[in-house]
Amino acid sequence: MSRLLEGIVEAVRLIISLDPYLLQIVLLSLRVSITAIIIATIIGVPLGALLGLKTEKKTRLINKIIFTFMGMPPVVAGLIIYLILSRQGPLGVLGLLYSPSAMIIAQVFLASPIVTGLTMVGIRAKGGEVEETARSLGASSTLTTWTVIKEARYSLLGAIISGFSRVVAEVGAVMIVGGNIEGHTRVMTTAITLETRKGNFELAIGLGIILLIISFFVNSILYNIQKGGKKD
Amino acid sequence: MKIRNKGLLYKLILGLMILSAFLLVAGCGEETAPAEEPAEEEETADEPELIDDYITLATTTSTYDSGLLDYLNPIFTEQTGIEVQVVSQGTGAALETGARGDADVLLVHDRASELQLVEEGAFVDRYDVMYNDFIFVGPAEDPAGVGEVSTAAEALTRIAGSEETFVSRGDDSGTHRMEMRLWESAGIDPAGQGWYLSIGQGMGDTLNMANEELGYTMTDRGTFVAMEDNLDLVIVLEGDPVLFNQYGVMAVNPEKYPHVKYDYAMMYIDFLMSDEGQELINSYQVNGETLFFPGYGLE
Amino acid sequence: MKGIKKFYDKEVLHIDSLKLIKGSIYGVIGPSGAGKSTFLRIINMLTMPDTGEVYYHGQPFPLSPSERLLLQRKMALVFQKTLLFKESVWNNIAFGLKARRYTRAQIEKRVNALLEQVGMKDLANRYADTLSGGEAQRVAIARAVAFEPELLLLDEPTANLDPSNIELIENMILKLVHSKDITVVMVTHNVFQARRIADRVIFINQGKVVETGPTEKMFNEPDCESTRLFVEGRMVY
Repeated sequence: MSRLLEGIVEAVRLIISLDPYLLQIVLLSLRVSITAIIIATIIGVPLGALLGLKTEKKTRLINKIIFTFMGMPPVVAGLIIYLILSRQGPLGVLGLLYSPSAMIIAQVFLASPIVTGLTMVGIRAKGGEVEETARSLGASSTLTTWTVIKEARYSLLGAIISGFSRVVAEVGAVMIVGGNIEGHTRVMTTAITLETRKGNFELAIGLGIILLIISFFVNSILYNIQKGGKKD
Repeated sequence: MKIRNKGLLYKLILGLMILSAFLLVAGCGEETAPAEEPAEEEETADEPELIDDYITLATTTSTYDSGLLDYLNPIFTEQTGIEVQVVSQGTGAALETGARGDADVLLVHDRASELQLVEEGAFVDRYDVMYNDFIFVGPAEDPAGVGEVSTAAEALTRIAGSEETFVSRGDDSGTHRMEMRLWESAGIDPAGQGWYLSIGQGMGDTLNMANEELGYTMTDRGTFVAMEDNLDLVIVLEGDPVLFNQYGVMAVNPEKYPHVKYDYAMMYIDFLMSDEGQELINSYQVNGETLFFPGYGLE
Repeated sequence: MKGIKKFYDKEVLHIDSLKLIKGSIYGVIGPSGAGKSTFLRIINMLTMPDTGEVYYHGQPFPLSPSERLLLQRKMALVFQKTLLFKESVWNNIAFGLKARRYTRAQIEKRVNALLEQVGMKDLANRYADTLSGGEAQRVAIARAVAFEPELLLLDEPTANLDPSNIELIENMILKLVHSKDITVVMVTHNVFQARRIADRVIFINQGKVVETGPTEKMFNEPDCESTRLFVEGRMVY
């Protein structure tokens, strides 16, 4: 019991003193996950919008595939990306394995289906009506699509944030493709795993607290957005 | 739906019961057959009465990954009925787990730390149970020329000098601690160097990364031999006496943690230290190579 | 302007021939499910007829998307289930003008003038989701007339509204139409509303145009028996 308390006190001290090791890990985590979510957004939002504007009948098979990928266990994603990037893999020549780029690729792989799927659902909910309203007011197809996306902006932000929450907290994929190399590919989740195994709880707790704070922050935004979507 | 699932569940449980009953009978049969003669000599109360319990063994990844425990533990369980639940970690974490009372018995390899912790009262009944050796492995081309030298210190000096990639466990395991001592004795501080990758993972992951990155690493022979088929790495250095690695077995101190299963832990230790146990360790081979040698191997 | 419109739809709507005359207010009446909404959607090109053609200014509806867009921009449709964009009232009304690439200054001038005309200046900065049903419907109509379409299609503009709101909206429609010379086709299930507003009435039943004519004639001495029954409030089958 006192051990946990000591751990928390020490962890808070590490956070407040901006311990360089801890800071570096947090910054790398954010860099990797934010980059991944930006790429996933670029892929997922237009794709989700496109699918969302089609009737459900036409995209039934694609829906099933996307929903399957949305629930993919991170370690499986990690394994797939590992095999692709490994020296014997099809993209082995790029030499990307065990680099932040590899982690970004794995996280894009995890986040894109979530962003796509949730965008699709969000757009499908109101997309048809918005589309007809825009067209009836003389909007071109470009403006119509843009309006549909804009009208679904709360769902889209929700989709993006859900994707981010998932990748920033996952450990399986980044461990496999990043390799948890100190100062190079060590992120919050892999560091927590390692420090716990080493019995070095202060750092693990410190990182855990930061991860919780980020999660709280991100979910607060999500909560406010969803509230804003109803009334503002 | 529910009823069907329930049916399935019952069938599964029934199946497992039948299976375990079968295994138990088989176990008894084997036990009683050769034990019949001596059983008559001893007391009748000492019939093969199996203990239905388990102990938790905190150990290092090397003993587990090499397959040794999968070889030894079923024999122990067959003889005593005690299941062995294995928690495999780095030595540092395993010692920590034991020192917190979260395990009953330890099988680790960091002699200095072990003796110190026994001194401090965390563990009791420590024995030198077996040893293996560490080796240096690297790409077949051996760009750092490690194959031309014969001591670990020279090998590390060459790797550092050529700035070839070296993958370190970095997980505070016995292997990692040994590696750190070797760097120290070579007078090199590799921390923070671009070619030095500290990854905080197990031996298998470390070997995989060295394989992928065309780098060097230090490994216990057992894990390397077990994984050799999937690796392009070759042994570049072996046989330096400083690379011998002593394993110790010890029980968690029951005076400090009354809840630990000290009696069962001692049965496990006695099993490993018995002539039979030592012979079993010696006979365990992977790919035709003996990985662990019984007893005390230093000096 | 002479608009000749003719279309065909096997299941829902079957119209052999129908002309709409510029500058009139048409009331489209008929029982639920008669095909009134489909009728509007086909005029607006949101739904394509399976066979037949619609003519506009004597020309058949064009097939190329760009030409169609140009033609579509001369019309506006206000749906039965109004959807306002999640923005301010002002931005909602400006939408059609923005779509037609009016300059910022033109948009401001027109939107402000329209808000003034329909007495909704105080609503300008309100967020769409905070409006009442009646206010939302008025914004939707203002949004549709802001770019001064030649043809305004209204689908049940006062459904589910209380009498005072209905009156507000009817007055608004009349005011706008007369000041801007817009042809209106208004679908309504309410025959009294058609009588109050429309110059001419189209009676649709079971997907067919039964009768069309000036409002007074349709209510007082219709040619068809079923029209007479319907305007008297009795059902026809």
